[in-house]
Amino acid sequence: MDEKKIMEEKNIRDDIPDFSPGDLVRVTTTVKRGAKTRLHRFEGRVISKRGAGTGKTFTVRKISQGVGIEKIFPLNSPSIDSIKVLKKGKVRRAKLYYLREREGKAARIKEKK
Amino acid sequence: MLIGRKMGMTRIFKETGEAIPISIIKASPLFVLGKRTKEKDGYNAYILGFGKKKEARVKKPLLGLCKKAGVEPVEVVREFRTDDLSGYEVGNEISVSILKEGEMVEVTGWSKGRGFQGVVKRWGFKGGPGSHGSHFHRTPGSVGAGTYPGRVLKGKKLPGRMGNERITIKNMKVIKIDEENGLVGLKGGVPGANDGLLLLRKRENKG
Repeated sequence: MDEKKIMEEKNIRDDIPDFSPGDLVRVTTTVKRGAKTRLHRFEGRVISKRGAGTGKTFTVRKISQGVGIEKIFPLNSPSIDSIKVLKKGKVRRAKLYYLREREGKAARIKEKK
Repeated sequence: MLIGRKMGMTRIFKETGEAIPISIIKASPLFVLGKRTKEKDGYNAYILGFGKKKEARVKKPLLGLCKKAGVEPVEVVREFRTDDLSGYEVGNEISVSILKEGEMVEVTGWSKGRGFQGVVKRWGFKGGPGSHGSHFHRTPGSVGAGTYPGRVLKGKKLPGRMGNERITIKNMKVIKIDEENGLVGLKGGVPGANDGLLLLRKRENKG
């Protein structure tokens, strides 16, 4: 599978900070509307990371106006402007899907020191 | 004209953020082993040799052909018909750089063998209801009329061997060329399993 890696090489971004499920992140993406491009921010908890190579994605979940919103971002996409890790979360599993069934106090995640 | 092997699929991004699925084909080492000429053989073609093989494992007639062309023992030999034989000399290496990014190519491969399959998978028949006492699930049903014509018409779609056939896809776009490693990236899927043999031809007339 070496050949795959060679082809993907230039498409893997090395400017993305290291983060893991449980972290509170702010993802800034560029949105193209007509000729104009503007930045769009999305802030929430990373609840999963999956895939390999250029197909790697991560899911960010937040509660907006009482409704849970999840967004899946391709990690290596050029449309991601930047990712900022706001808080490190202390969690014991890789996929935090249990957060979907919880809200408020029960959905809290301890901060990693 | 290139001979290659399918290495698998991946996706790469355009600058706009759009992801393009690509098939990766390794098309090196590739050499011209010989030529067929109109005078001698009745048609014009290049004989190309692809891949590497231990000398001890190559059949002697082929080894002779390789030696004559002055190249390392090859694994696969295929002929490519052409009108113009002046492009390459015997012993020349053919690089993937004969293709350019954005160009269209024709890809020939051999599809994955599916074995003996029924009409639903092989021909896309709808099949019957799964339940409600239908007793008609995945069988082909009626194969024709009665006393007249009194036989099953030729070409009737019935169960049988599926796959493992030669398939040519026209107009595949070249997305990436890696000359150093002898790799070609084409948009979309190509026939066959990983490590399967593929033949690439440039699209001359974009009709």
